[in-house]
Amino acid sequence: MAEIVPLADAVRELVHDGDVVALEGFTHLIPHAAGHEVIRQQRRELTLVRMTPDIVYDQLIGMGCARKLVFSWGGNPGVGSLHRLRDAVEHDWPEPLELEEHSHAGMAAAYSAGASGFPFGIVRGYEGTDLAERTRVAWISCPFTGEHVAAVPAIRPNVGIIHAQQADEAGNVQLWGISGVQKEVVLASSRSIVTVEEIVARLEPRPSSVYLPGWAVTAVSEVPGGARPSYAHGYYTRDNSFYVEWDEISRERDRFQEWMARHVLEREASPA
Amino acid sequence: MTQVEAPTYTADEMMAVAAARRLRDGTVCFVGIGLPSQAANLARVTHAPECVLIYESGTIGAKPVNLPLSIGDGELAETADAVVSVPEIFGYWLQGGRIDVGFLGAAQIDRYGNLNSTVIGEYRHPKVRLPGAGGAPEIAAWCRETFVMLRHTPRAFVGQLDFRTTGGAGVTCVVTDLGILEPRTDGELELTELHRGVTVEQTLEATGWQLRVSPDLRRGAPPQPEELQALRALTPANDDLEGRP
Repeated sequence: MAEIVPLADAVRELVHDGDVVALEGFTHLIPHAAGHEVIRQQRRELTLVRMTPDIVYDQLIGMGCARKLVFSWGGNPGVGSLHRLRDAVEHDWPEPLELEEHSHAGMAAAYSAGASGFPFGIVRGYEGTDLAERTRVAWISCPFTGEHVAAVPAIRPNVGIIHAQQADEAGNVQLWGISGVQKEVVLASSRSIVTVEEIVARLEPRPSSVYLPGWAVTAVSEVPGGARPSYAHGYYTRDNSFYVEWDEISRERDRFQEWMARHVLEREASPA
Repeated sequence: MTQVEAPTYTADEMMAVAAARRLRDGTVCFVGIGLPSQAANLARVTHAPECVLIYESGTIGAKPVNLPLSIGDGELAETADAVVSVPEIFGYWLQGGRIDVGFLGAAQIDRYGNLNSTVIGEYRHPKVRLPGAGGAPEIAAWCRETFVMLRHTPRAFVGQLDFRTTGGAGVTCVVTDLGILEPRTDGELELTELHRGVTVEQTLEATGWQLRVSPDLRRGAPPQPEELQALRALTPANDDLEGRP
């Protein structure tokens, strides 16, 4: 049964140096507050997994939390490059960053395999691209038809972290809107943290929502606004202007560090 | 002082209009963000109202009034016929073979329509680290055809890609700010259409390989007032699509 705990406690107990950690949320419901808590607690040598590393991963990488990045598209959506990611890849700053890159279809299959307990997922992809040499992929034949497909090893993070709209007091979680791979990452991970906009007495069943029972989640933390500057459908909209501003904030190392000190390091952990 | 006739549209607007015209009504289209999203939505609000726009965030049948900044803006979910998970959109819908047209951008393209969106320079020590593959390799592999949009410069149209992110076998047209390229039967792209006011020489100079020119080279019609009006209504003023991946 999920424990309802302050975010700082959840991160302290569940995220360890050297862990494979996946923060997911496909544009929507990105767990920024949880990422900031990982930065405040100065976790190191993490293998960070995420289909679409954007601002929060730029911050984690720029603050030296990561040793390796597993991803399929790394950029500031609609704006351009991630300068901290690029600085790490192009100049080893603040640390060298190992890359393992996939396509979206490859990562989606790898998460689904992880959630299903399968050793690998299959994709009708990677053919005719240079990606195959830069990622973990193997070619297999269908045992029934002989069709040639790509196998991608299952993703099984030590910790999966997502943000959702609501949980109830038993730690059951409900999220709705664009749901990305959030269900898959929680079910693929050994441990999980779900931050939520609010804890309600009773979850109203919503059609097409994703429901994660409390017995499948390790920890739930109430963090209103925990996805900002991403958005939470039904609560607040995406702060597109901040995504544009981030381009300037993150461009130079000094300004980035100053901003992180003021807006992340010196800030209190989220309320309980 | 000589009065120069003010242009009534930009090269980017011409590109968006030319690309939108290629989308037939009723097409099911997997849309990349940036220029492709602009063109696909222009088609939807003009001649192709039954076009079904699918974004990789899992939104099927999205009908945004304003162009989204990302592939997962709330407006896409709110206006969609359905929102499905990312494994579902790439599994059942894309690899399942349900999509007619994939619509992509890229940083580099070669003469066979192969695309690079991964790195400029050497992979381990890149000059520019680009965002990476995203959905592109499987979009190009499993949509019935692929349209590509990018600005026509020698840096983009290269003899040799720095990295092949996406195979070009399914590319059926490349729309640029100068004209349109389509593959010949041997798979090599040739120039088949020029926008108004653009010369063949200008296009050859902007291409990093010896571009072949179709013997039946067409001259595209300039944007019509209703196309421009619809395009500008979708794109807020000064909204720069340059950096949109």
